[in-house]
Amino acid sequence: MWWARLLNVISGLLSGAGAPASTTSYESIATTTVGAGGTTTITFSSIPSTFKHLQIRGFVADNATNSNFEMTFNGSAGTKAHRLMGDGSAASSDLYNSAVIYAQRTDTGQFAFVTDLLDYTSTSINKTIRTLAGGDNNGAGRVGLWSGFINSTSAITSLAITPTASNFPQYSKIALYGIKG
Amino acid sequence: MAAGSTYTPIATSTVSGTSTATVTFSSISGSYTDLIIVANGSITVNDDTYVQFNGSGGTAYSGTYLAGNGSAASSGRYTSNDRIVADYTSYPTTTGGSWTAIYQFMNYSNATTYKTCLIRSNNAGIGTNAGVHLWSSTAAITSIALQCTGSSKWGNGTTFTLYGIQAA
Repeated sequence: MWWARLLNVISGLLSGAGAPASTTSYESIATTTVGAGGTTTITFSSIPSTFKHLQIRGFVADNATNSNFEMTFNGSAGTKAHRLMGDGSAASSDLYNSAVIYAQRTDTGQFAFVTDLLDYTSTSINKTIRTLAGGDNNGAGRVGLWSGFINSTSAITSLAITPTASNFPQYSKIALYGIKG
Repeated sequence: MAAGSTYTPIATSTVSGTSTATVTFSSISGSYTDLIIVANGSITVNDDTYVQFNGSGGTAYSGTYLAGNGSAASSGRYTSNDRIVADYTSYPTTTGGSWTAIYQFMNYSNATTYKTCLIRSNNAGIGTNAGVHLWSSTAAITSIALQCTGSSKWGNGTTFTLYGIQAA
């Protein structure tokens, strides 16, 4: 935003540094676009430790299957996830024993998600992810808020997303971004 | 390796007066991966608001939502509509600054797939809403219209800021 950049310039001048503070606070790290034939797992590895938080933004093309999409971290599964979901007729809540970010059903078509992974480099706290995800198919669909817990104080250097009973079809795109603090 | 800053402000619209029923972002570049609109403001008559792409109506819009009104959680949907219904239980009201919304338009320029939009809408005096919306069109989104309906108009000072996010 223009006002943020102006404040950074003023801050830099007042500090005597002669140069504005960095404005590159949200950066693209890596992207996977799925080609013909699909793929079973999308992995981001060697994640740089120079950011404060991570955001994963995803679009999954029409998958037509019942499958949970789970995130794993440093090769290990997340511990828990809670979900608040609407299916077009009722709101419900569930508990998962892994870091599920979306539960797709045959009639829900394509879906999208935005997942935030907070303080991923910290070695003193466990990790939390939160997801807004949903898919609509003109008469069917579901939208929900997922909160996941990773019972580990290790810094996260890799993450993977895996459908439990399907794959990522062609034209799906998953992108990893870093947010500086 | 990171590709540099990529949460780019494209345009901001601030409503002046109380006669604007539609705010439109047009000629949107196809060079980004996702678009985000951040909104804050009010409306002249309490009501839902809507979103339409490329000036196109018909029956190509549908959605599923999850809502809370302070006493109960609910879910519903609409089908084969001429535009996205953005708010339901968290619609703007006449109180200035009472309503905020974040619209996420995913993969908006892809000319092969339909378009999915995630919307979070909030009004502290009314409720909160999360929705997923589908535009059953493979056309790239080049304009986004944020609409009031009936006699309602966007409130004076209501702001909409469009951002582009570009993946590496």
